[in-house]
Formats: sequence, C-alpha cells, structure tokens
Amino acid sequence: MYRIVHKKVLNPTVVMMDIEAPLVARKALAGQFIILRVDEEGERIPLTVAGTDPEAGTVKIIFQMVGATTDALGRKEEGESIQDFVGPLGKPTETEGLRKVCVVGGGVGCAIALPVAQRLHELGCEVHTIVGFRSKDLLILEDEFRACSDKLTIMTDDGSYGRQGVVTVPLKEAIEAGETYDEVITIGPLIMMKFVVATTKPYGIKTVVSMNPIMIDGTGMCGGCRLTVGGKTMFACVDGPDFDGFEVDFDEAMSRSTMYRDFEQHAREAECNLYKKEVK
Amino acid sequence: MPVKKNMSLKKNPMPTQDPAVRAHNFNEVALGYDEATALDEAARCLNCKNPACVSGCPVNIHIPEFISKVAEGDFEGAYQVIHQSSSLPAVCGRVCPQETQCESKCVRGIKGEPVGIGRLERFVADWHNTYATEKPTVPAPNGHKVAIVGSGPSGLTCAGDLAKEGYAVTVFEALHVAGGVLMYGIPEFRLPKAIVQKEVDTLKAMGVEMMTNVVIGKTITVDELFEDGYEAVFIGSGAGLPRFMGIPGESLKGVYSANEFLTRNNLMKAYREGSATPVMEARKVAVVGGGNVAMDAARTALRLGADEVSIIYRRSMEELPARREEVEHAMEEGIQFRLLNNPVEILGYNNPDDRRDPKNGFVRGIRCIRMELGEPDAKGRRRPVEVPGSEFELDVDCVIMSIGTSPNPLIKSTTKGLDVNSHGGIIVEEKTGLTSREGVYAGGDAVTGAATVILAMGAGKTAARAIDEYLKNK
Repeated sequence: MYRIVHKKVLNPTVVMMDIEAPLVARKALAGQFIILRVDEEGERIPLTVAGTDPEAGTVKIIFQMVGATTDALGRKEEGESIQDFVGPLGKPTETEGLRKVCVVGGGVGCAIALPVAQRLHELGCEVHTIVGFRSKDLLILEDEFRACSDKLTIMTDDGSYGRQGVVTVPLKEAIEAGETYDEVITIGPLIMMKFVVATTKPYGIKTVVSMNPIMIDGTGMCGGCRLTVGGKTMFACVDGPDFDGFEVDFDEAMSRSTMYRDFEQHAREAECNLYKKEVK
Repeated sequence: MPVKKNMSLKKNPMPTQDPAVRAHNFNEVALGYDEATALDEAARCLNCKNPACVSGCPVNIHIPEFISKVAEGDFEGAYQVIHQSSSLPAVCGRVCPQETQCESKCVRGIKGEPVGIGRLERFVADWHNTYATEKPTVPAPNGHKVAIVGSGPSGLTCAGDLAKEGYAVTVFEALHVAGGVLMYGIPEFRLPKAIVQKEVDTLKAMGVEMMTNVVIGKTITVDELFEDGYEAVFIGSGAGLPRFMGIPGESLKGVYSANEFLTRNNLMKAYREGSATPVMEARKVAVVGGGNVAMDAARTALRLGADEVSIIYRRSMEELPARREEVEHAMEEGIQFRLLNNPVEILGYNNPDDRRDPKNGFVRGIRCIRMELGEPDAKGRRRPVEVPGSEFELDVDCVIMSIGTSPNPLIKSTTKGLDVNSHGGIIVEEKTGLTSREGVYAGGDAVTGAATVILAMGAGKTAARAIDEYLKNK
C-alpha cells in the first residue's frame, strides 16, 4: 500500500497528491510516468510524474477527475493509501544540452510540463513557457511556472485571465518575432499537441510531444499503447512517452483514445451513483 | 504392497465440462481425475527400471516413483516426490505438453496410449492443495542472498529450488500480482488463478519474499541489486512486446494483441460484470496465429459472448503449433479454423458523411488471401505462398493478433555488459544459464523468445543449480 502524504485540490477537478513510494521517488525524472491502482478491484492507469522528493520518499501526481478511476482517486484523503504504485516507467524527457526551449502546456498537461520546465531551468536553459486553460478557474501552478520560466504567457479560452486564445497564437508570434528555440516541448490534449506541431513544422523547429495513450502493464508487454511514429509501430511505454511530434500520427492516436468512450461514461456514472449513495 | 497392473490400452479419459456449457463460462474445462480413476490409471504404469519418461521431463520429475505412490494410495507421498523436482506441480499438470515430453517416451505408448502422467500429476497436486495440512519446511538459512527478476514459471522455479537450499530469495515482479504469464496470459478456464496463487503462497511459506510493483531496469537496476547485497541475479523477465504483421489497419479500434486481450481478461478480470477494466464486446472475432496463445485468445473471445470466432492461420492443420488437446477443445466449443489463409489488410469503418459517427475508426472486416504450401523452409516446415487473385473479405468487428512477441528491452537497455542476440534474447551458456555478466543468470522467454511454461521452468532449474555451485565456490 502507498500512503497519500499530502493532498491539495488545485481547481474543481484537478487534485495534487504526494504519494509515499521511496523506490520510485529515488529514480523518477521529468517526463517519466507511473502506473497506479486505487484499490484491489481497480484498473491500472498511467499518470505522468509531476515531481519528486527523494529525501521524503514521495512522488507528486496531479490529475484531473475525468473518469471512474480518477474520481475514486480524487476522493481519497490525506493519510489514506492506494493499492499499487509502480514506476518510474518510460524514458525521461531529454533536457541535456538545450539552451533555449519553449514549453507549451495545456490544461492538466501543465502538471507534467512543470517538472520539464523546472529541469531545463536548473540546467541553465532559457525557458519560455506558454500555458493554456479553458478559464481562470481552471488555472493551476501559476507561481511554480513563474519561478522557472524566463518568460511566461498564460492563455485562457474565454479571456478570463491572461490573454484570450489558444497556445499556438503566442507560440507563432514568438517564432515570427525571431525567438530561436532549440526545441519546443509540448504536453497537453492530443488536439492541442497536434496544432502545436502544425505551428512549428513550417519553421522546422524540433518539437517533442508527450503521449499518454491507453495502457495496461506499462512495461512493454501488452502493446495497447502503440502509436504510429514515422510510419512505424512504436510503444509509448518503452519507446516514449516522448516522441518527435513531426512524426506522430495524431489522428490515429485521437481515434484510438476513444476506444472505450462508452464504457468509461457508464463506469463514471456508476461510480458517481455509488458515491451519492455513500454521501446519503 | 503389490498393486495389480491395469493392462488397458487406453488412458482413463479426462472428464471435462460439456462444450456447449463451457463455451459460455470461465470455469475450468478439464475437471480432473477422482481418486478411483487416479488409482486405476496409476496401475497402468509398469514402473520401468530405466524410465524413459523421466528423460522426457525438462525438470526430471521421478515419474514412476510418484505414480507408484499414487497406486498405493499414498497421495501426499506422491506429492512429496514431485515436489522434490518441481515447484509448480498443479500448474504443470495442467499446461505442460506431456504428449511431446514424458508421455511421448512412455513404454505403454508403443502399443496403445501412454500412462496419463500429466493427469496424475494434476490429481496429486490438487489432492495436496485440498487436503495437506503440513506447512512446507523452511530450510536453515545459508547466509546468501539471491534476486530473481520476474515471477513467471522460470523465476518461481529458480526461487523455489534456491529456497530449498537455504538461500534468502527475493522475487521482483513488475505487475501487482506474482505469477507472470500464469496470471496474465493463461486463461482461468485452463489454469485457475487460485491454483497459481496457491503455488506462490507455498513459495512464500518456504521463506521466498515477493516484491510486487518493482520493475527491474527501472525502479531498481541489476547493478543496484548487487550493491544491495544480492550475490547473484536470475533474469526471468519473460517475453515482451507483441509483434504485429505490418499490414494496414492494425491501429484501428478493435485490434488487440493477444497479450493485451488476455491481460485485460486474466489479470484485470474484464470478463467479470462490473470490472473496472474494459474489454470490447465483440460479435465476430478473428484471431490471427496458430499457437497456444491464439487458442487461448479465441476461446476467451467466445466466452465473452462473441457469436463467431475464427482462427486465421497461414499454414495447414499439420503445421499448426498449438497443442492438439487445445485445438480439439477449441473445435468442440465451435471455434472455426480458417487454415491456409493470411490477412492482408484490416478494414475500418469510415462514414464519409459524418465525421462524428461513433463507429468511425472501428474494425469492420479483414481482407485475407488464400495460401498454399510450397517448398520446406530451413526448419523443414513447408513455406506458405499466396495464391494470386484469391483475396476475400471476412465480416469481423475485432481482430486479435497472436503472432508472437519480441524480448522486453527494459533490462538489456539498463544493464551494461549484458549481451543479447540479434532478436534481443539474452545470450546464456546452455548448461548453466550464465549470461555475459558474472553472477547474472537468465532463462525462459527472455532468452528463448516465446516458448512453454515447462521449458521456462527447466531453465529456472538449471540456473538455480548453477547459482548454487557459483555461490558455494565463491
């Protein structure tokens, strides 16, 4: 069992937790992920690591309550435990040797973009960060991003905070204005990453995307997380989760991500109903 | 006590669940001998002076000795004989291909059917698991620590043999339960998970420590295991990434690797009502491949409620690599065999008028081509060649690819000096399982690529012997 040492609600649907998992905390680097099960009957879900404290032996996860499993996880309280927690899995984000990078995060993906930005900042890289949210209520980690970014641009869809619009607008402006990035690293919804890639491709700026497909074991056994990258079948769990964005078949990845949409909706409704009963 | 020999030419048949019933449940297909049947079958063994059957067993179980105990009615005694050589008797009695191993060497098989060695082994193990009360003896510790990577058949065997010698053994498992392929791969109806759990618990009772949720090569490296005081490491990490054919449509929704499909059902229990892990409710399923794993996937799909399940295999029945018994069971249950067929494309649904049609991106069919057998290849198997212009389409909504796996890259990529062959399999000395690194041994699918449970157990046993030699002389 893995204890929840600290829990903080970041916005109405996004929760941060520090989980006691010393072996994972010792090893996990920015860009890697873990797999957890909330309880004995739970499904295995992958979550990208949002930070570690090797001395305290804790791993930070930030997740959005979007389905039955993340709902159940979000309802766990400080001091309670979760059943299984294994990692770190996947390859870390390559950060060595970069001098100037634009990190583009969207929604809860910002939780994963943060450790990457922090790592780059530590290495002395100039970090420009663009983060996008639907509205001000959903904004997370602003102070943390500010602390590790040489330049921070916040975008909201509805204009309730920062600039109104999507993340690709300031990205394109920066490139057009002559910012010369060694790399753009983007983490967020598939559709956002697809458009980030479409923005950078004409300029030939290397763009790394972090993929988070459906997964079971996460160790290179089941093959559920396969993607087409550069025309070849790749596995996010062992070949990724970071890939060259120019080569990823996003349309296929988006289609595959909806494989269990009906099941997930029903499962979530069932979980919600169960919770309502508990509350009464 | 002299036992009257039974000279019947036929084996006592294995009682099974009715095919029409079992095609709709996940309960075990084969029901096992009762005591009377076991006594009768055991009396068929001639107790040969030079028992050829023993040489046919990869772990060299003292077969005539255990069978004579059965014939005498000393079932626990029979178990103790098997347990000297095998850490997983209830598993082997179910999934070993006895027909090509011990039973293929049985003298009784020259005229008539061989003794049902596998069925007797299963009977003995089940009897022990039901009635035995004695805890396994914990040997005196010898002061040495050994790490085992992976808790599948090779790892559990290696762990069991070393524990018997007094080693402090820790088994590291990446998944949340121990058992490896016995848990995630082989279905409940062929190998009930409670039986695997029992075998794992027996090892624990012998003092073996099971550390789940630890990925060697990621959470802890092989080098760190040595730093932590382990003096030898056995790698039994199993087969890895599933292979695909490289044909169009393999990324459509509704295409699974057999590994994924079986893991969802066996490990994650997706077949149970209310399971948190989803699996597709398919109507017509095509399973591509002809091995035991393909049979398992097809029969699982049928039990999940599919109306029609077919095996698509590019050679003929003669070359089909699955065990006969599994093929017969599959046929009885109504699995169709489309032999000398090979897929060329998986077809997807795509509504040009509605981009948001929920069926878009799902499988709607599979296009195959007929094959005929040409000249034999290097292994002597006749090579299948396409019959030009013979393409046809099958209406299916789910395709399960069961055409093998390639070794897992995680340990190789994080262990310096560990040599692998061109297929990615770890290179070992055949007689010892020793790798290119001192103190590091390997066996099972991580070395050979996908093979059988018993071969992996044999490799675990070989390595345990070599590790014992190595550490005693160190």
